[in-house]
Amino acid sequence: MRRAYFKNNWIAALVVAPQLLIIFVFFYWPTSQALYWAFTFEQPWGGGNEWAGFENFRAILTDGRYWDSIKISIIYAAGATVLSMGMALILAVFADRQLRGYKYYRIGAIWPYAVAAPAVGLAFRFIFNSSAGIMSYVNAAFPGFWDPILNGDHALLMVIIAGAWKQVAYNFIFFLAGLQSIPRSLIEAGAMDGATVLRRMRDIQLPLLAPTFFFVLVINITDSFTDSFGIVDTMTGGGPARATNLMVYKIYVDGFQGLDYSGAAAQSIILMFLVIALTVIQFRYIERKVHYT
Amino acid sequence: MMVRRERDTDFSMGTIMKSTFISVFAVAAALGGAASAQDKITFEYWYGLGGYLGDVVQQTCDRFNESQNTYQITCVGQDGYATAVQNTIAAFRAGKHPTIVQAYDAGTADLMMSGEFYPVQKMMADFNIDIDWDNYFPGISNYYAASNGELFSMPFNSSTPVMYYNVDDFAVAGIDTPPATWEAFEEALRALEAAQPEKCNYGYAPSTWVDLEQFSMAHGIPVASRNNGYDGLDAEYVYNTTQHVKYMEDVKRWLDEGLLEIKTSQGGINSRDAFAQNQCSIFFGSIASHATVHASAVDGLNWDVAMIPVYEGFERTNTVVGGASLWVLSGKTEEEYRGAAEYLKFLATPESEKFWVSNTGYIPVTKAAFEQLTAEGFYDNPPYKGREVAMKSLTYTDPTPLTRGIRLGGFIQARAEWVAEVEAALAGQKSMKEALDTAAARSNDVLRKFERTYRGKTLP
Repeated sequence: MRRAYFKNNWIAALVVAPQLLIIFVFFYWPTSQALYWAFTFEQPWGGGNEWAGFENFRAILTDGRYWDSIKISIIYAAGATVLSMGMALILAVFADRQLRGYKYYRIGAIWPYAVAAPAVGLAFRFIFNSSAGIMSYVNAAFPGFWDPILNGDHALLMVIIAGAWKQVAYNFIFFLAGLQSIPRSLIEAGAMDGATVLRRMRDIQLPLLAPTFFFVLVINITDSFTDSFGIVDTMTGGGPARATNLMVYKIYVDGFQGLDYSGAAAQSIILMFLVIALTVIQFRYIERKVHYT
Repeated sequence: MMVRRERDTDFSMGTIMKSTFISVFAVAAALGGAASAQDKITFEYWYGLGGYLGDVVQQTCDRFNESQNTYQITCVGQDGYATAVQNTIAAFRAGKHPTIVQAYDAGTADLMMSGEFYPVQKMMADFNIDIDWDNYFPGISNYYAASNGELFSMPFNSSTPVMYYNVDDFAVAGIDTPPATWEAFEEALRALEAAQPEKCNYGYAPSTWVDLEQFSMAHGIPVASRNNGYDGLDAEYVYNTTQHVKYMEDVKRWLDEGLLEIKTSQGGINSRDAFAQNQCSIFFGSIASHATVHASAVDGLNWDVAMIPVYEGFERTNTVVGGASLWVLSGKTEEEYRGAAEYLKFLATPESEKFWVSNTGYIPVTKAAFEQLTAEGFYDNPPYKGREVAMKSLTYTDPTPLTRGIRLGGFIQARAEWVAEVEAALAGQKSMKEALDTAAARSNDVLRKFERTYRGKTLP
């Protein structure tokens, strides 16, 4: 395959410079700053910071609460990813069938992605409110069935559902685009050979959707580790009893509220490596099973 | 895709963005101020109060600007105490900070250790502005003063907790005086439950400020060793060994017996609104809520306030101030400091205090203002009647070494530890004693880290 390339490297450098500059300013520079803070005792108002070595990391990694936070984050990521991808796939398959009114339906399904996380949090806070919301009817029938204010499992479930709901629209767009890029001729050929809808889906559409599926998976897992802040902040504030204290929320609480800059910096470095590691694993082990056409 | 992850992962990027945003904002504000007031000396003030109370802060600024021609104060609301401090720190690191910032009570130790401020008492003396510092209620000034008694920040919006109770519900239950002891309080809860079983008796939300800090003050018992941290950074939390444990165990028992209900914002309605909506008969909260309850109460709600109860066998002592004070930050010009001093002087006038007190639920911070308001009959009629209870609570005794306030580093984190553990205990995951032991131990880790961060320094 022929590749296009620039003979003049200066032009190439000039063209990529703005992008590199942006990446440097908004990623490498802050990351290096966080890295530096993670190895010092940083005073919030400035005015001196002492070298700490691995003390901040030691303090975090020997703290049971931090491991709880990691565990909760993994449960949240797995739960939200499975739920949102599953829902999005089902919705996309329906939209792809081009049943009557599917265009409106498509727009409707994309919409939720434009809703800001705190707004999603507020809406779901009402829906899951045990005494005033929709769940209060369930509680009226079965007293004590639902109590996210005291029960940590309920609170986590509530946050997972809200997070998944927000992500469904995003996944839907990709799944729908993926399904629509599958040549119609393949599906029609399958139909002529007598394959049912479900059969065509299993043998033709889903395998061809694999690259999209993989991309969406990586994005979803990354997103649920790093972008869950708004929902947690409005719905539970990390409670009850830290049951929804996801890693990214804990960084905010320790760093911005608690003014423990060094501890929060160390946590964000750990989170960064965790997400990198997860992405590498996905590329190494899952991508092998994906066939790009 | 990679960019996306990178964007989201790194937290300090938020700081950068925030500080960029703030500096843009600061420049815009400064330009705006300069354009409207050509020759005036302009300076900035960032405040944390939001909503209606924020509007009243803004009005104090307008009143100051109208009162003289030399200075122009630009007041910027940050919508929240915590955000005001966070944004100020970010701006400070970028050299774009305001001259004055409103910082909450719990952040006092952190600010004191930073050293990046101009002590108000010294500033006023430097500019030859005469303020009678003895005029401030000791329960208020001790909270913001150095060990030698010098005031570091200007007391501003001040409150203290009280018990709000529904007079009609109490009458139905046959209670004629509000309970002054926790033993009587429990009897009152039982009477309320018996009289109106379907109604929420006590809308409770775990609050360190009420349940731990002010509870300990009223009982004259320590929250932490070394006189609640006033005597050194090596203090340790001891609340897991005091009467506080008994109280929290009682709370848990009342919850289990159905005598109290948990009312939090996360649960849809906070305890104050539940009270104002006539859902619950009692709640504990800041006297600053007095105005809000008045404005939002359902028609015909007959309510009053009383001092927080004290267990039998304890001599009641004073409660301390909550709220925020005004800090003048370092790194500004003499002219800006002169302006800041004039503004603080303006706030300290009895007229300004009266304006502030009557438009909010906060209490006057000087004896002179309180006496003047009392003499004018301010506290005799609704909507202000009842607010004098807070003054009574605050000045019940002279502050003892244990009731000056709290001077503990990283106190916001310590509060969070307490809340998380108490929630666990209320949910039945562990006993209350266990929960408080854990919370105290973890909060001690915070103190040790704070001590380590400021190694070689001592509290001023």
